[in-house]
Amino acid sequence: MRALRTLGPIVVVLAVLLALIAAANPFFLEPAGFLAFLKRAAPLVILAAGQYFVIVSGEFDLSVGSLVTVQVVVAARLIDGDEAATWPVLALLVAIGLLIGLANGVITTALRVPSFITTLGMMLVLSGAVFLWTGGAPRGALSEAFRTFGRKDLGPVPWSVLILLAAGGAAIALMRSDFGRRLVAAGDNERAASLSGVRVNRTRTLAFVLSGLAAAVAGILLGGFAGVSAQVGQGLEFQAITAVVLGGVALGGGRGSVAAAMAGAFTLEALFTLLNLYGISGALEFAVQGVIIIAAVAAGAVRLPLRRTAHV
Amino acid sequence: MILRMRGIAKSFLGVRVLHGVDLDVAPGEVHAVVGENGAGKSTLMKIIAGVHAPDEGTMEIDGVPVSFGHPVQAQRAGVAIIYQEFNLLPERSVAENVFLGREPVRRGLVDRSAMEAATARLLAELGETSFGPRAPVRRLSVAQQQVVEIVKALSQDARIIVMDEPTAALAGHEVELLYALVARLRERGIAVLYISHRLREVFDLADRVTVLKDGALVRTAGTGDVDPGELVRLMVGRDLGTYFPPRGTGPGQVRLSVRGGGNAVLDGIDLDLRAGEILGVAGLQGSGRTELAKALFGAEPFTRGTMSPLRPASVRQAVAAGIGLVTEDRKAEGLALRQSVRDNALLVARSVRRRGRDAPGRDGAPGRAGGSGRDGVTGLLEAVRLQPPEPGREVRFLSGGNQQKVVLAKWMTVAPETLIFDEPTRGVDVGAKAAIHDLMRGLANDGMAIMMISSELPELIGMSDRVVVMRDGRLAGELPPGPSEEAVMRLAAGEATP
Repeated sequence: MRALRTLGPIVVVLAVLLALIAAANPFFLEPAGFLAFLKRAAPLVILAAGQYFVIVSGEFDLSVGSLVTVQVVVAARLIDGDEAATWPVLALLVAIGLLIGLANGVITTALRVPSFITTLGMMLVLSGAVFLWTGGAPRGALSEAFRTFGRKDLGPVPWSVLILLAAGGAAIALMRSDFGRRLVAAGDNERAASLSGVRVNRTRTLAFVLSGLAAAVAGILLGGFAGVSAQVGQGLEFQAITAVVLGGVALGGGRGSVAAAMAGAFTLEALFTLLNLYGISGALEFAVQGVIIIAAVAAGAVRLPLRRTAHV
Repeated sequence: MILRMRGIAKSFLGVRVLHGVDLDVAPGEVHAVVGENGAGKSTLMKIIAGVHAPDEGTMEIDGVPVSFGHPVQAQRAGVAIIYQEFNLLPERSVAENVFLGREPVRRGLVDRSAMEAATARLLAELGETSFGPRAPVRRLSVAQQQVVEIVKALSQDARIIVMDEPTAALAGHEVELLYALVARLRERGIAVLYISHRLREVFDLADRVTVLKDGALVRTAGTGDVDPGELVRLMVGRDLGTYFPPRGTGPGQVRLSVRGGGNAVLDGIDLDLRAGEILGVAGLQGSGRTELAKALFGAEPFTRGTMSPLRPASVRQAVAAGIGLVTEDRKAEGLALRQSVRDNALLVARSVRRRGRDAPGRDGAPGRAGGSGRDGVTGLLEAVRLQPPEPGREVRFLSGGNQQKVVLAKWMTVAPETLIFDEPTRGVDVGAKAAIHDLMRGLANDGMAIMMISSELPELIGMSDRVVVMRDGRLAGELPPGPSEEAVMRLAAGEATP
């Protein structure tokens, strides 16, 4: 019951969708089938966790999709099939993610540019840079070691599922820490937080940095899973935001849990799987996302204040 | 009489703010309306301007009964109101503002020249030559914008103009200009309802004055028939029936000291705050009381003068130095309403480290208070007498009194040496009020230095060991324990110096 209270109605929706998938495709109930689903969902779930930090603090991060593309394209070009280059390049990717997040955060908080504009601009800058650098077609190739994370298993469990568990656990722990509580307080009432001694700008900037880090990890997983293309990250920022909103997290900040945001990402992935199973065109995914995001926000806006206990 | 009101009553959410008020205003009369904060002046004016509809009572303009459901109806009947905050569009010209929504039209287009000519004529009639009808409003001073508002009222053929604290935002020489302007309005036969705290203006300008207290009419008199002292008595005269905790045993060492403190609002602040005392700060709205609290707390820092233990440049510095602030508006500035009692209570402790000074109940685990601080928080909530002491409840579902206790708990986690309360019992019911008063006195007896700002004179006088009065950003004077309300009001309104 406690899980239901923390996660909200999204777990019910998720359970129904999973049951529908299982009914259409019994393989889904076997460990291999379910693990394959988790593996496919992992990048989006991690991105949603990163996006949650930014949204709960009252901001947006639209740059993560382009950032994922940058990660994959840069990795392919720099590694170019050279196994020995794997680890240094991985470190570089993480550094790029942190740096872009830091730039988003500093521009938003110190220069007071609304994050919607900051990260929209960053999205365009990154897309343009990738296009310029690759001339439209990415070059090079990833190494086997690099692809391990997105594609291979450790024993019966895919690496990406293990990474997902670690990232999800870290996100939940972070939200239970003093930092997490300050972040939500800043998203709820910036003025009150600031008058309580919270460094609001620094806290928000850190949220963007975490989102950048999440994009780096998601990029590493997607590079191995989906391969190298200049479209790999396309639309991921909206998927992540849809997932977070689906999890009941309020746009504008101050409300909702990271676990629910991640459950929202699983739900979205389950929905895509289901559409796929019933042979509905993948092109419909965008329309579905659009409907979800509008419906979820509208539902949140009219939700009556029935719940009297805060969730963590 | 151009305006005649009889038995006007109004309640908001079951709280009666006006009890059967009568008011008569003659053409060409300047009629002042005075009273303490919360006496009902603003509500009465808003009823005249059609913003609120009265629950009971009748209103006549020129002998014709009127009832306004909307400000536009009042406007058409010849009533204009000029608020403290002007309703002007800064990017538009003077003429465009004056005729906003009523632009003269010729062949389907706005007739600019007619609009500007009409505005220019009205400006000339008021003797205003410092700007013209084409000037953009954002370039005008506050006093000039006030003129624009008056021109706007005249262009609507207003016969009754309500001015709400018109001098509050004006500099000294601009007040003289306003006097001249009001005189011209009087010559035109316009009735001016003049709301002000400042007794001097009342006697300089008004023909008659109406005193309101606690929503009821006390008296209407010609300004020649009352003297300032009597007016103050009429404004505050009431019983001190409430119980307050006994005063402390006497102040201890100085905990906070300011010399020559000033910033954009404040000037020449000299203040000592001692352990164990409650220092009351009185003053009218806009006198700089809240700004003083924010300066001591580093939120709107002093830019001049010295302060010990330090002159905080930020909130964090102030908190680290042991200064806390319970803000005036707890919903906007004190609490994260959608978070739990626990998260709100621990917010300061989670944000600022006071070396070696974590209060008991934080159970010595800085950094992980969310997980392990549960028992500590429960103890804390009992200490501030939160009812019920449920740490998981969202703060927005609590009553005003309980919310204020959560704010108090928030500060107790860092054990400040000095705690500033800005209107600590505003919007709090009587029972919780007494509990908060007891808590405050308890903290002082435990050696905390407390400064309390309050608009409620009985509370201020009943709670404080000493009272200082602010006026125009300065300390106007200090009064001994238990001063009379008249003495406080006289200092606050600028009627006398002790």
